[in-house]
Amino acid sequence: MNDMSPIQTTLKDWESDQEVRWCPGCGDYAILKAVQRTLPEIGADPANTVFVSGIGCSSRFPYYVESYGFHTIHGRAPAFATGIKLANPELDVWLVTGDGDGLSIGGNHTMHILRRNLNCQILLFNNEIYGLTKGQYSPTSRLGTPSPSSPVGSVDRPAQPAALALGAGARFVARGFDVSKELSGVLKAAHAHKGAAFVEIFQNCIVYNKDRFEDFAAPKGAEGSQLWLKNGEPMLFGSEKSGGVKGIALNIDHLHLEVVDVVDGDWQAAGVIVHDVTNRAIAHMLVEMPFGPFPMALGVLYDDPRPTFEDELLGQDRQVNAGKSADLGKLLAKGQTWTVTEGGPEL
Amino acid sequence: MATILAEGDEAAKPRENDVPEAVVVRFAGDSGDGMQLTGGQFTLSTALAGNDLATFPDFPAEIRAPIGTLFGVSAFQINFGSTEITTAGDQPDVLVAMNPAALKTNVAALKAGGLIIADSGEFNKRNLEKAKYEANPLEDGSLAKWDLLAFDISALTVEAVKPFGLGNKDALRCKNMWTLGLALWMFDRDRQPIIDGLNAKFKGDKKILADANIAALNAGHAYGETAELAGPLKKLHLEPSPSPAGLYRTVTGAESVSYGLVAGAQLAKLPMFFGGYPITPASAILHNLVKMKEFGVTTFQAEDEIAAICAAIGASYAGQLGVTSSSGPGIALKGEAMGLAIMTELPLVIVNSQRGGPSTGLPTKTEQSDLYQAVYGRNGDAPIPVIAARSPADCFEVAIEACRIAVQYMTPVILLTDGYIANAAEPWKVPNPADFAEFPVEFLEEKNGDGPEETRVVLPFKRDDKGVRPWIKPGTPGLMHRIGGIEKAVDTGNIDYSPLAHQTQTDARKAKIDGIAASIPDQDVALGQAGGKLAVVGWGSTYGPIHQAVRRMRAKGLDVSHVHVRHIWPLPQNLGELLHSYDHVLVPEMNTGQFKTVLRDQFLVDAKPLTKTSGQPFTIAELQEAIATFFDGIPGNEGGEVDADDTQLPSTKAVNP
Repeated sequence: MNDMSPIQTTLKDWESDQEVRWCPGCGDYAILKAVQRTLPEIGADPANTVFVSGIGCSSRFPYYVESYGFHTIHGRAPAFATGIKLANPELDVWLVTGDGDGLSIGGNHTMHILRRNLNCQILLFNNEIYGLTKGQYSPTSRLGTPSPSSPVGSVDRPAQPAALALGAGARFVARGFDVSKELSGVLKAAHAHKGAAFVEIFQNCIVYNKDRFEDFAAPKGAEGSQLWLKNGEPMLFGSEKSGGVKGIALNIDHLHLEVVDVVDGDWQAAGVIVHDVTNRAIAHMLVEMPFGPFPMALGVLYDDPRPTFEDELLGQDRQVNAGKSADLGKLLAKGQTWTVTEGGPEL
Repeated sequence: MATILAEGDEAAKPRENDVPEAVVVRFAGDSGDGMQLTGGQFTLSTALAGNDLATFPDFPAEIRAPIGTLFGVSAFQINFGSTEITTAGDQPDVLVAMNPAALKTNVAALKAGGLIIADSGEFNKRNLEKAKYEANPLEDGSLAKWDLLAFDISALTVEAVKPFGLGNKDALRCKNMWTLGLALWMFDRDRQPIIDGLNAKFKGDKKILADANIAALNAGHAYGETAELAGPLKKLHLEPSPSPAGLYRTVTGAESVSYGLVAGAQLAKLPMFFGGYPITPASAILHNLVKMKEFGVTTFQAEDEIAAICAAIGASYAGQLGVTSSSGPGIALKGEAMGLAIMTELPLVIVNSQRGGPSTGLPTKTEQSDLYQAVYGRNGDAPIPVIAARSPADCFEVAIEACRIAVQYMTPVILLTDGYIANAAEPWKVPNPADFAEFPVEFLEEKNGDGPEETRVVLPFKRDDKGVRPWIKPGTPGLMHRIGGIEKAVDTGNIDYSPLAHQTQTDARKAKIDGIAASIPDQDVALGQAGGKLAVVGWGSTYGPIHQAVRRMRAKGLDVSHVHVRHIWPLPQNLGELLHSYDHVLVPEMNTGQFKTVLRDQFLVDAKPLTKTSGQPFTIAELQEAIATFFDGIPGNEGGEVDADDTQLPSTKAVNP
């Protein structure tokens, strides 16, 4: 985020004149709208906003937002973002990537932008498939995913984006999904976080991996399958209708999370824990929490800012430069020199 | 190859008082012996004495190779004298060998009758075995064709530093200063600058190290002065060389490139962003620039070569002058990103300090084999300007020129140096940055479309009469737009894959780069004249040896000229005509003939290659020999490949057939 006076815009102001070219029904449309809805609400300035992307379906995103945009090369968006931000820290940088772009070819850069803590928002659209290249399995594809490059099913174990991000040193990790009404709130939290804010957004690839996230993203049964985390509130999910109110408790003996039933609303008696966004140990457990036995953990899983890369680096430069003059002629003539006169050297 | 008749080498020809005009000294020892430091200090004192000089540091890729081994030998050669010096010299007159391995790997290159100074204390059984000597060469007469001075430098050093109570290991580390002291005596050099340097380097609780090193230095000097040495060891005083008046210093290519980049950014009125990743021999540029941040320089050590260039492009996009630097393998990794900079038409300077390749190749040795990579090495039709520096000092101007082309033509530019230029030092007449013409950048601030203000649009790819698009900084109100690597429509830059768009934009990108030729000077003749029998055409660090070889052959009355090309792509507009004005064209290169191919392709000129890929620079003699083949009346023997031998110096066969 940036400390700028908010300016007045509407969703319309953030729509570029370019025709959106995603497949009809693609989850990217919903994410685009959520972003365009959020930007006016956070007072963003189109002239000061830069969307940077790599390659893939998600990476076409910048073309559709009426701001500055840079569609770069496969996997390298974090490196471009780093150069942009170091050259002009006032710019509000959003990085858009996908599971292939950000975790496979660009996995290295994702790791380093997070550990350095560049102040930007990183939106990783996870559709668990390579869409733009026509459906090969991706680093997040589930075991056994059949695809043109794995006809009998993939055998690679999938990467877990949020766990990778936290492991790389991220100070903000959140999750949402394309059609969720809560996505805008997650984006706002990411923007409010000063530092690298990593948001995994589950996204439906209508053509090559249709309805992959239906078991938790479908409105029907959502209550029992989604755990929306809120700082300072107990980790509760489900309702009488979905088979009972449940919560997440910490098993102290074995140091793992477990699902417990909450009877008569007494979550304390059931041992349900209260979400503390600064608790890194619990965050590690939340990002690893397997869906199925557990609900899908969504919202802000972890948020505990640290000094940003650009503040540290440019601040150090300012400190080192203090009081120094930038006279190149003087610098060149410094050190051990000698003078040659017309008649020969003068020693 | 034909051989030329042996004839006196003018530079080394004895003068009346028997003092040569130039002397070549080679310090060789174990990588832990501090030979590079010794050489550097000797260089400094030589420069301060007013001699012109050129140096050639030659060291192994291993940081601490096993002690005493043949592959662990590190050497430093300096050629200095009272005349103009442009190469590090062919054959040493003096070889300082600190151990048997250093002697073994270097002695074959020593001039017949030259002087060997050896540390006999290191010629023990173990070290002789490591150097694969069956008998001690200091004692078996095998060095008879040279003058030999062997004494126990190790013991003399230990004795000299005794008062400081150092351990044996630390005491022996002062050996290089003892040797330096002796060398300073031999060539009548002042010790004071070295003493000042040592005192500045070791302060506080390390002062004892300064004292010990100074004691060793003085002891070596005194040894020369007082020891009753018979024969070869004598004091030589070389007169200062005539140079244009002005303030001088020594400079390495890595320093000079760094200064030039900073000067270029200043002339463009831009802050500079440098993205780098450690790689030999390019890292020195990063090390220099981190010390120059007060000049508006931001440096970023990236996670890899790709991130280094991508961050630099990102900074250029945001309105700074992006710069990245590497060596061949790293440049290969940056290829895709260069394509993006070409496609999005953003300024960028890419410095390649070439080394031997392919793959890891010879990390610490020099080569010019990345010319194809620079000119042609990307996917798609991806034209990029390429310019090459010919010497450490030349890097300054060339770096400024690279910055100028990058910002004036909105294009990435490749600047080629090599391991030799990056590491070697030469005297440099300190330039005044104010003498260079400014080329301030103007960013687009207002919409540049046509029509009334209220419907006017921004056209990020609207080209001016030179085919150059405007530079628009994010943060500029009202000029929001998107750029990327996908083919784009004329003017708007919107995605457009249509046949006409790709044809038009491919043509426009090519025409823009070709048009740079109009902004560069005509090709001059470095020595000789346009037209004649033979032109020796070089580029990059071969300047020194070519220049000397042509000078000597011209002195013999041969019709040969030297043409040295800075602008590799696009080539100077008059170059074709110039080359066609000679009967023959010879292109010496430290590769298998890459520039030769470009010249043949561009000008249909029958350029003959002279190639050398041993990781060592050309010697003057090798070039003289190659020039002679055009004048010896034997048909079909022109050009070819220079033989390599096993010494750490260029082929001696060429000189002593």
